[in-house]
Amino acid sequence: MLTKRIIPCLDIKEGRTVKGVNFVELRDAGDPVELAKIYSDQGADELVFLDITATVDKRKTLAELVTKVAKAINIPFTVGGGIGTIEDVKILLQAGADKISINSAATKNPKIINEMAREFGSQCIVVAIDTRNVDGIDFVFTHGGRQATVLKTQQWAKEVCERGAGEILLTSMDHDGTKAGFANEITAEISAQLSIPVIASGGAGKMSHFRDVFTFGKADAALAASIFHFKEIPIPELKAFLEKEMISVRP
Amino acid sequence: MKVAVIKYNSGNVQSVLYALERLGAEALLTDDPELISKADRVIFPGQGEASTAMDYLKSKNLDKLIPELKQPFFGVCLGLQLLCAYSEENDTECLGIFPIQVKKFIPEDYREFKVPHVGWNNLQELNSPLLKGLDDSAYVYYVHSYYAELSEFTIARTHYISDFSALLHRNNFFAVQAHPEKSGPTGQKILNNFLSL
Repeated sequence: MLTKRIIPCLDIKEGRTVKGVNFVELRDAGDPVELAKIYSDQGADELVFLDITATVDKRKTLAELVTKVAKAINIPFTVGGGIGTIEDVKILLQAGADKISINSAATKNPKIINEMAREFGSQCIVVAIDTRNVDGIDFVFTHGGRQATVLKTQQWAKEVCERGAGEILLTSMDHDGTKAGFANEITAEISAQLSIPVIASGGAGKMSHFRDVFTFGKADAALAASIFHFKEIPIPELKAFLEKEMISVRP
Repeated sequence: MKVAVIKYNSGNVQSVLYALERLGAEALLTDDPELISKADRVIFPGQGEASTAMDYLKSKNLDKLIPELKQPFFGVCLGLQLLCAYSEENDTECLGIFPIQVKKFIPEDYREFKVPHVGWNNLQELNSPLLKGLDDSAYVYYVHSYYAELSEFTIARTHYISDFSALLHRNNFFAVQAHPEKSGPTGQKILNNFLSL
């Protein structure tokens, strides 16, 4: 049976993890490779690396990191953050990334989704959508949720699917950082209208939140960062909990 | 042990090379018929689209070479599909090692079954030395929209929408639909078993 995926997300700056991590077994809390290996050993189903470096030579540093990660772990991983061109994607895939995720580049120039899907296959193109509810309407935001766009989330999700995205990473900016649970309503709405998988992100605080986003939210995968980094929820415990709740997960 | 990984225009071959390195094999990415023929093992990886891949294989005469190979041969993902007789993906005649068809997943309800089939799913009815040490609690990572139907050559099945061939075996030819190089300890075991055949 196809299982629901649990995906830890690592924020990367200049080749190091940021936002802090709290693992006793880590020798170097900033080393993304070491952290990736721990998550992989704990049973994470996939990993997402989000690069937040703002410098020009970031691509080189990121590609080097991707190679190190690909050599060290044998579960799929996605790389995102500032990816805008076919060339960016080619470099990261050749370095060993399984999928790349694009966000503002897609809202600025939606055709890039078609081009990337044609060139590399839909399976490796994840479109990240940051959504925020403004007076009852869900709008797409960019730049970490700071910049509004005129795109309505539901319509945009449908469009990126039609343009050839392989998966959608849906982050609710209203829920992100609150630890009050995922945005189940809009996740369910988007998941139901699309033929491609939806990864829910933003708001994880308790194990029950994962159960809810898989049942009520109809998500295919759930992503979280801090609760995993600070070991508030160890992945093996989370999976045992979900299994008890009749949600199929990889043991 | 020398392992030739067949080079063609497909994505993320790098992970296969890294996985082989981790297992201590000497992996070489090549489309040179001589190097492929001389290797102890051949891996035919793949991701991408069937007709483009077949065109490339033909342009390098690899479509003639592959069926003649005698050493253990392992098709992965698109590699499995290309070893079948025919793929519905752009109406493509394939290599025909396995006389079966590759079909597109067509769910009755997309809300229940997304396509592509992405994520971890388990193997069932495992029946091969290639799967030694594994049982139906073994999960592997899938990303695909097309699948090979069940046949007498099926050595493990997976269920998604319907049952399909998770792994195939005929003579020296083996094939897997999932990505063993991305399937954690289970995938590593499958690759290791292949190298130990």
